[in-house]
Amino acid sequence: METESSDKERDHAGLKGGFCEEIVRRSGDDFRRCYQCQSCGSGCPVSEAMKYRPNGVIRLVQLGFGREALESPDIWLCMGCNTCSTECPMAIDIAAVMSALRETAIEEGVRIAEPGILNFHQEVLNSIERYGRTHKLEIMMRHKLRQLDLFSDIDIGLKLLSRRKLDLRPSKILNISEVQKLFSGSTGEIT
Amino acid sequence: MNKAAAVQISYFPGCSLATTAKENNQSLIEVCKYMGYRLAELKDWNCCGSSSAHGIKPELGFNLACRNLSLAPEGIPLLVACPSCILHLKQAQSRLKRDEAATKDYERCWGRPVDLNLKILHFFELMDGIDCLPNTTLNGLKFAPYYGCMLARPPELRHEKNYHGLMEKLLSCYGASSIRWSYSSRCCGTFLSAAKPEVAGPMVNRIVQNAVDSGAECIVTACAMCHLNIEIRCTLKRVVPIFHFSELLSIAFKTGTNKDWFARHLIDPAPLLKSKGLTV
Repeated sequence: METESSDKERDHAGLKGGFCEEIVRRSGDDFRRCYQCQSCGSGCPVSEAMKYRPNGVIRLVQLGFGREALESPDIWLCMGCNTCSTECPMAIDIAAVMSALRETAIEEGVRIAEPGILNFHQEVLNSIERYGRTHKLEIMMRHKLRQLDLFSDIDIGLKLLSRRKLDLRPSKILNISEVQKLFSGSTGEIT
Repeated sequence: MNKAAAVQISYFPGCSLATTAKENNQSLIEVCKYMGYRLAELKDWNCCGSSSAHGIKPELGFNLACRNLSLAPEGIPLLVACPSCILHLKQAQSRLKRDEAATKDYERCWGRPVDLNLKILHFFELMDGIDCLPNTTLNGLKFAPYYGCMLARPPELRHEKNYHGLMEKLLSCYGASSIRWSYSSRCCGTFLSAAKPEVAGPMVNRIVQNAVDSGAECIVTACAMCHLNIEIRCTLKRVVPIFHFSELLSIAFKTGTNKDWFARHLIDPAPLLKSKGLTV
């Protein structure tokens, strides 16, 4: 773990006030009560692929190592499965902390450690914005195209199509403007 | 079993059941009908936000969930089939209950009062506590009950009833036999199956391997996404069929249609069903 950051760097991310306080505010959970028992890191089904593991990410944030936390692959590998919060003796909503970190990472324009995962999420959101629901075939095709990875899953795609598990056409909701308004950030009256 | 007059329930299928897991949807609707529930699909429902909205734009995720809540007819319970959708809907409702400003925004946005008492039910809740007359319709089928992450919840919902053991209890009552294994509550990899297969693949293989090693003839899933991920990402030579809980219930209850939905499985369950004398 990088521990050479100066105090100035620690309060990185251009955030007013402390980095840790900002993530506490955004996640709605004061995870400063974490005492590093590491239950979350031991139970996390994807921790093997992580750099710091959930408890490590929390520690980074507690200590103000904003850049290290925001640029870690861990925040993108987190699936929000809540296994960690179930095991946490302090009942910290770790998935919410990870969401707050991902949101901050995007806003701050830091280097994204897992651009492929972010792109996948964006394609899902694009689909919801377009149709109100997810259209899996289009999401996967756009995602694969973006990753310049056209062939790796073609066998799976064909199998799914042959078993009628992928719809060629999207299912679009009638009142799509209601959903699109949510994307434009307006929470004004919808008529 | 309750076969009295049909009880009306609103129904939120979610994107998976509406598309990739239509077999889950069809069997669930059949089982509900058999149980005496009449499901009315929520009109013009939208995606609950899925992991993607809740993962990178939590406010958008909240608002997408709220629109669905606003569509639910007042006073009629809302049945949700997907363990992930229901968490998002329940979390949104929980926030509306404690956050007055959010409630005001909701009412301004959707033009109607929030029904804070709306009962949001998972399919398991409908199945819990039904009178089960011991029967042998599942002919000793040995299954690994797979809950995935559905039993893990964020802290604000952790005091709600947990349905661990329901699949074992019900299916055993109908003559199936559950095996004990280590991966029943292990996450299936969710979106990493699409976005990072090299990480999700080994996760899925470990789950299936443990089921096979423990003597299971099949795995029963409580979640449509788990079902899909296991089917598409398992690369083991020896695999077992994966069933949706609702599919086995429909066999157990002998709900009566020709169940052509089994043809939609990637891992063909027909040989196993035949060997167990389970004609469908």
